[in-house]
Amino acid sequence: MIVETGHYALVLALAVALVQSVLPLAGARLGDGRLMQTGTNTAILGFLLLALSFACLVTAHVQSDFSVLNVFENSNSAKPMLYKVTGVWGNHEGSMLLWVLILGLFGALVAGFGRDLPASLKANVLSVQAWITTAFLLFILATSNPFQRLSPAPFEGQDLNPVLQDVGLAIHPPLLYLGYVGFSIAFSFAVAALIDGRIDAAWARWVRPWTLVAWIFLTLGIAMGSYWAYYELGWGGWWFWDPVENASFMPWLSGTALLHSALVMEKRSALKIWTVLLAILTFSLSLLGTFLVRSGVLTSVHAFATDPTRGVFILAILAIFVGGSLALFAFRAAALEAGGLFAPISREGALVLNNLFLTTAAATVLVGTLYPLVLDVLAGTKISVGAPFFNMTFGPLMLPLLAVVPFGPLLAWKRGDLMAAAQRLWAAAGLALVVVIAVLAYTRGGKILAALGIGLAAWLILGSLTDLAGRAGFGRVARGVALRRLAGLPRSAFGTALAHLGLGITLLGIVSVVTFQTELITTMTPGQVVEAGGYAIRYEGTEKRQGPNYSEDAARFTLMRGTDRVDTMESARRLYTARQQPTTEAGIRTELFSQLYIALGDAGANGGATVVRVWWKPLVTLVWLGAVVMALGGIASLSDRRLRVGAPARSRRRALLQPEPAE
Amino acid sequence: MRLWLLRHLAGLCLAVAALAVVLSAAPAHAVQPDEMLADPALEARARDISAGLRCLVCQNESIDASEADLARDLRLLVRKRLVAGDSDQEVVDYMVARYGEFVLLRPRFDWQTLALWGTPVVVLCAGAGFAFLSWRGRRRQAGPSSLSPEEAARVEALLRSGD
Repeated sequence: MIVETGHYALVLALAVALVQSVLPLAGARLGDGRLMQTGTNTAILGFLLLALSFACLVTAHVQSDFSVLNVFENSNSAKPMLYKVTGVWGNHEGSMLLWVLILGLFGALVAGFGRDLPASLKANVLSVQAWITTAFLLFILATSNPFQRLSPAPFEGQDLNPVLQDVGLAIHPPLLYLGYVGFSIAFSFAVAALIDGRIDAAWARWVRPWTLVAWIFLTLGIAMGSYWAYYELGWGGWWFWDPVENASFMPWLSGTALLHSALVMEKRSALKIWTVLLAILTFSLSLLGTFLVRSGVLTSVHAFATDPTRGVFILAILAIFVGGSLALFAFRAAALEAGGLFAPISREGALVLNNLFLTTAAATVLVGTLYPLVLDVLAGTKISVGAPFFNMTFGPLMLPLLAVVPFGPLLAWKRGDLMAAAQRLWAAAGLALVVVIAVLAYTRGGKILAALGIGLAAWLILGSLTDLAGRAGFGRVARGVALRRLAGLPRSAFGTALAHLGLGITLLGIVSVVTFQTELITTMTPGQVVEAGGYAIRYEGTEKRQGPNYSEDAARFTLMRGTDRVDTMESARRLYTARQQPTTEAGIRTELFSQLYIALGDAGANGGATVVRVWWKPLVTLVWLGAVVMALGGIASLSDRRLRVGAPARSRRRALLQPEPAE
Repeated sequence: MRLWLLRHLAGLCLAVAALAVVLSAAPAHAVQPDEMLADPALEARARDISAGLRCLVCQNESIDASEADLARDLRLLVRKRLVAGDSDQEVVDYMVARYGEFVLLRPRFDWQTLALWGTPVVVLCAGAGFAFLSWRGRRRQAGPSSLSPEEAARVEALLRSGD
């Protein structure tokens, strides 16, 4: 009964979405307030129905109801409860339901918080949002119904793929989807603006916070996924330029560009047309990512051709939304008024440069990801585009961008003074140069690229701090005054500084681990000692153990510095019984920001011998911590009163009490 | 069989971005100790070359990272050629002659990959050109921003009279 309720709620949600697709839009055209108001109600009702449907699927998984095909295929009665819940979205049908649930959530949020929006804009936005919901609900109901029954019901389920049985599954997909799908709001606003043929101040004030929310979640989601792959995979890689990773990275790149261009639009009402286009492109890349992951086209073009139902459906959705919105853009963009003028050397100019490089990087990743597929289809030629290609193209595109990042926030709007900015940055540049020389001296000149990379990271970190210090007036006024001024700075200033600081931290982690990591692959017998990361690591032996739904060989290692015992570590290989699938559970010891990483290979022929892989990964955690700092920057910026619509009166009062230093 | 199952599962259960990566490579028992060459310099070259060659039966994995049997065979082949005295380029050419361009994770620059390699350059230049042209167009539209000499004199006079 619960399962049927879930299915029924899903069908009702489709009906509600259809209503929402038409009535508010019609209301906006006819100027009928009551019709426009239906958008708010249907958006909230639709979300509640989707939530009910999702709750029903969760219940079926928690109760191990194997009469449901989806539960049978992805669950097992012996599976720990956490994975029974997270297993709901650890499969195609359930994850699509989560996708639509989040889509509904964002729609409901706009409906709930959008009281101050112009009524016609809000009605248009909610209708466009409902178009997307309708398309994906049709997709789920027609090709991927999670509530499909199975008769007769089997006694036991096939269990969830073991590599997914990890706490990462509880966090990573929801975060990623909140990011992916969150860009739908920017898309809906863009399409609504094109339908209306005008963009006003409310538009920009609204789009930026929503984009920021999506961007924060996507940043955290990608970082989380990267760390998950890092520890679960068993060989310490954290970015693979895999097409599926690229699918989430492309919206991040263009979403980052969108954040910056929306800033120009909000402050200076310039770059309007470009911002609208970027909003469309960003969500289009999200849709493309969904297509790539969901259609099976990545496995091979031919696998896609043999079972094309799902793939063709999503491809159709992709074509309709991307093609439709771009066509609308082509027809209506000319109607949008272009905004303010600015000199090339200005804050706006810097942000245009940012957009230029980020968009080019996104295009490079896009073409690199799709090229093998397209070439195979068009010419029948098989080529591979992998990590070496992306490293060679993406890297050179990012370097110039990173090098100019510290200048951006120091330039004034409209017409900036490059020399003045450079003068304020001389200390940061000097210190970065010292870092380069120090690294060169430390490596005896052996690692020039590493030295330059770490210098660039230092430049980014120090540059973002310079911005804050300059705004607070350190060095110009008494320290107490400067500290008070620092505390009084608008939160968005901290947002910018933190986001750029995070970028530097991530870069530092990347350069450090790429150039200074050590790797050791060897066969060890109990009692044998190897050296890594300044430790002597003694292999003590392997023990067989039984988990709830797996059996494992756990190897113990003793860490010694000289003759002192420092710690013990454990590393295991598991065999999940239901699927007879092995996984590695790497032993990881974090030491400040660096990690010692031990993974087990195959067991040796004679008793206790095993293949062991030991990595010392200096500063590796900075790769992800940097992303967390970036997200914190986003949160700081989001909490700025200036971004909250409906709060101008209070922020003006605060501004009177505590004058902000001129930017 | 297990590998096939893994791939098959991957097709079904690509829940989210990183998962596919996890799936397609887990558990990665890449380079084995018994494959490694005694000469560290030669072994380092072998690792470098392996990282650029695709495991032909895998999804976007290098032979250096893959656990597939084929990847192991290719790793051994690379090392055999190196021991025989081939240069890095000769080893790569040898693999391409045997398995086609598909084996290269960084495709060669030819007319078929022109659009691939050209994308970053073309997009960057086109974007920069477009930005410049629209900036110049807007500036022209806005008309001359500086004052004519007569206007400047009048402003000067007005400012003075205000003192």
